[in-house]
Amino acid sequence: MPEPVIRFRDVNKVFRRPNGDLVAVERLSFEVAPGEIVAVLGKTGCGKSTMFNLVAGLIEPTSGEVAVSGHDPFRDFEFFRGKVGIVFQGDRLMPWRTALGNVLLGLEILDAAPERAQAVARGWLARLGLAGHENDYPHALSGGMRQRVSIARAFAVEPELLLCDEPFSSLDEMTARDLRAEFVRLVRQNGKTAIFITHQISEAMEIGDRVLVFHRPARIAFEARMDRARGDGARQQIQDKILEVLALDAPA
Amino acid sequence: MISNPRIVRALQAAASTLVIAGLWQVGSLFFPHYLFPPVPDIVTRTLGILFSWPLLAEVLVTALRIFAGLLGAFVLGCAMAVAIGRSARIESYVTPVLVFLQGIPALSWVVIAIIWFHGIEFRIFFIMVLTTLPAFTFQILDAFRSMSKDLFEMTMSFRPRRWTLFRVLIVPTIVPGILTAWKVNLGNAARVVVVAELVGATGGVGYELLRQQQLFDMAGAIAWTLQLVLFVLVVQQSITAIESWALRYRAVSERAM
Repeated sequence: MPEPVIRFRDVNKVFRRPNGDLVAVERLSFEVAPGEIVAVLGKTGCGKSTMFNLVAGLIEPTSGEVAVSGHDPFRDFEFFRGKVGIVFQGDRLMPWRTALGNVLLGLEILDAAPERAQAVARGWLARLGLAGHENDYPHALSGGMRQRVSIARAFAVEPELLLCDEPFSSLDEMTARDLRAEFVRLVRQNGKTAIFITHQISEAMEIGDRVLVFHRPARIAFEARMDRARGDGARQQIQDKILEVLALDAPA
Repeated sequence: MISNPRIVRALQAAASTLVIAGLWQVGSLFFPHYLFPPVPDIVTRTLGILFSWPLLAEVLVTALRIFAGLLGAFVLGCAMAVAIGRSARIESYVTPVLVFLQGIPALSWVVIAIIWFHGIEFRIFFIMVLTTLPAFTFQILDAFRSMSKDLFEMTMSFRPRRWTLFRVLIVPTIVPGILTAWKVNLGNAARVVVVAELVGATGGVGYELLRQQQLFDMAGAIAWTLQLVLFVLVVQQSITAIESWALRYRAVSERAM
């Protein structure tokens, strides 16, 4: 068995608040193998994004162990330079940078040689259909184009792990479908490991090798292997089960 | 029909200035000239200052005092804003002091500076820094705090070093606030420097205004005042030009509010 890229072991996350503590993650345990795409599904407020922030090292667990490539993502700050690419729910583009400048951001932070960085950034923009828009500022781009820039920004640093937090939820269905297909193709082609958070069952089943369904506070209520689900019947069974499990979760 | 909005704005500004000059000229026909000197006299005196090196040097001295004071307050304000931004404890100690300083009138600082210090230049620098420091600190702090949490998290996901974070995120975020702070404080500084020079200096626009008052020379007083106004306008326009360039990424709606 290869060493997992991500390992959660009995992880709890509690947010201290004056009007009572909020338990966002409760005894969460799971692993993600190298090259695997795991889709995480759950109702709004179930703690998906908290789990995402724990993997990204943006917050620290209250207890338990979070390990990414064998390291603590919150404490081993330097180790993760260039190893994790994130596509957020919003595009999070810097408005003062052009499309090219935004894709260059990660490469600049990683001290890539300027000429190489330019070539890589331009290459990714072209692969995502944005050739000719390199010098456009974000306000001049459509929502779909901006999200493509943010995908290019995440891929440009050639990360080992990709984290995506409902990246296509604000886009129209046609654009989201195209970008989803493009995203999966790029992840597979480049042999990346990815966690993909979504609240759409169809999107989770389409993208993930494995689907984790979360209940609130974040804990795994159901798990399905999509790469082993052969035929429409098996997929329909999984979808029905996911619907059933989601219905059992209390509303946020 | 002129369609260039810049030219239209310039013509509008020129028109309103001409209206005021016209009204003044009419006033000069009905009042003694020591109260309302004719516009041509004022223009002559104004140009006389601009084209006489010793007189222009007095204007430049005032300009340098304004810049030195603003620069001192800006550097100190940046350091204080960073310290306050990084520590809630420092904020709880320093903020009340800055609020207290804000309440002290410029004239009080002039009196205090004259009693405390002998050197004219240091007196004026001290007054300028103390009167503009709170505004600079609060404006820079506000700009720092208005930094988008989303952009901060996105940038942090690449694990930047401290200096890189400062360069790629913090500086571009606070630049609009810094430019606004300079524009606002420039006007304040121009007013304060005149008071400081009027009472505690032997040169500069403020000192020259004092001389015009002693000579009962209204044309001279207005001419020296206009030097300061012209200086502020030129610097404001320069900052606006820098602002337009630095914030060129911002979307502009075709529809006016």
